[in-house]
Amino acid sequence: MKLKGRVWKLGENIDTDCIVPGQYLTLFEPGELAKHCLEGLDPEMPSKLNPGDIIVAGRNFGCGSSREHAPIALKGAGIACVIAPSFARIFFRNAINIGLNVLESKEALELVNDGDILEIDLEDGFLTNLATKKTCKVSPMPGFVKEIMEAGGLTNYVRQRQIGNA
Amino acid sequence: MGMTIAEKILARASGLSWVEPGQLLTARLDVVMGHDVSLPMAAKEFARMGGRRVFDPERVILVNDHGCPPHSIKAAQACAEVRDFARKQGIRHFYDLGKNGISHVLLPELGLIKPGDLVIGGDSHTCTYGALGAFATGVGSTDLAAGLVTGECWFRVPESKKYVYYGRPGPWVTGKDYILYTIGSIGVDGALYAAMEFTGEAISALSMDGRFTMCNMAIEAGAKTGIVPPDEVTRAYMAERGKDYEPVASDPDSAYVSVWECDVSQLEPQVAIPHSPGNVRGVSAVAGVKVDQVIIGSCTNGRLEDLRLAAMVLKGRKVHPSVRAIVIPGSQRVLASCLSEGLLRIFLEAGVAISMPTCGPCYGGHTGLLAAGERTVSTTNRNFIGRMGHPESEIYLTNPAVAAASAVAGSIVHPREVMDK
Repeated sequence: MKLKGRVWKLGENIDTDCIVPGQYLTLFEPGELAKHCLEGLDPEMPSKLNPGDIIVAGRNFGCGSSREHAPIALKGAGIACVIAPSFARIFFRNAINIGLNVLESKEALELVNDGDILEIDLEDGFLTNLATKKTCKVSPMPGFVKEIMEAGGLTNYVRQRQIGNA
Repeated sequence: MGMTIAEKILARASGLSWVEPGQLLTARLDVVMGHDVSLPMAAKEFARMGGRRVFDPERVILVNDHGCPPHSIKAAQACAEVRDFARKQGIRHFYDLGKNGISHVLLPELGLIKPGDLVIGGDSHTCTYGALGAFATGVGSTDLAAGLVTGECWFRVPESKKYVYYGRPGPWVTGKDYILYTIGSIGVDGALYAAMEFTGEAISALSMDGRFTMCNMAIEAGAKTGIVPPDEVTRAYMAERGKDYEPVASDPDSAYVSVWECDVSQLEPQVAIPHSPGNVRGVSAVAGVKVDQVIIGSCTNGRLEDLRLAAMVLKGRKVHPSVRAIVIPGSQRVLASCLSEGLLRIFLEAGVAISMPTCGPCYGGHTGLLAAGERTVSTTNRNFIGRMGHPESEIYLTNPAVAAASAVAGSIVHPREVMDK
């Protein structure tokens, strides 16, 4: 599967209060949360994001809270993928569980500038900057995690097994 | 080769005789915890997963603590959903307004967590329970739902990192200062994915309340969990609650990827300055910074020992005219003890506002948010931009004594500046 989109290049340690400020924790519809996506970083950000956009960020993306509202807001805003050299563990897990693509790559930050168009080949694990034609490889997911992503998230994965056990 | 305590707990829970870091496994959970922010979302996923009954109502603990008391209609709906789920599922361990506390203060208080337990909670500060020698970690709402359905969770066994604290602390130096100094030193991803094992003579000498504070903030270093191997302090704490447990400890020949040491006798009280828990300075480097508000409470420092410390500083003194100070006892029982010990009178006479137990301002919910340009000293655990109010407000994280002293002085001070007068 190939993804292609505009890159938003963000800094390191982007925290979950920045992705979804605490006052919005009573919301849970993806569409509602998307309206406040990354509002902590830039109040105009929700209106700047477009479906298909890709985030390339610095280390420890998603640090802070376990709020699933954070990856839900990103997915609701149509973010196709988040790429970073490292992720906070709860955010990473939550993203996988709800089916938001998250990829670990140490080289991606060097590959792109803000506003570039990036192509991601999820099958072969390649990133290509369409302007410069430069590429780099991304780490594959462990098998178990791939199964969850392929099922479309943990809910589907568990439901399939529950039906199997019925 | 032996196993560390974290590895042992995961091994036992997954029915394996030996596990190693990096290994993926599925483990049976002893406790699954949720609250009014994580449970409503989890309840929806629970239904979508085909869940009808929770795996074991006795092992599920639900607390209304964030948007409780509800400050908006949506918050009231969330609390009502938790109530409803608890009732329909026959969950006995459901704690609501008037009978509750902040979850990570309440659950240990009630003896609901034991050494050796494997715990997941829909809150990043679930790692707090590691102070009791449990393996406790935070998860999101979907993992919480899967846990409620299956009673299991998948884990990647974390690497264990050892943190050794030795020496004797000076006055006003507490568990909060140990952990702030540690995070300042290793960074907010310094323990990423790891199990932080806290040991050493200074930990042995640390009260259980101080250990809760330390393990609470393990997540701020990116850790999967913080854990203190059970000892005499643990045994006494559990005995007070009438709870037995099987001893669990790290094997002498177990492997740690790193060992980090700290001489606590060299520490002064620590302050995390805006805008990261890893941005840590000694209090003397920050002294004189003007303060508008002081918050004493939270799952980090809302326990009785914390409030006793704050009261010690506030006794016979007044909150500075330009400061608003709020004290939030972490549970109804802590509040009751504050009453019987005369701490509430001390707070009232000092001009401190007293709140019912709640997470309130810590996560930007309610009960004392900040306006643009305002600055708070707080005993909470995070000071990211906008965490407690306007994005143009600032948060300084400290221990309860520094917070109380700063409330009196009107600016950040070492407690001795106030106490020596």
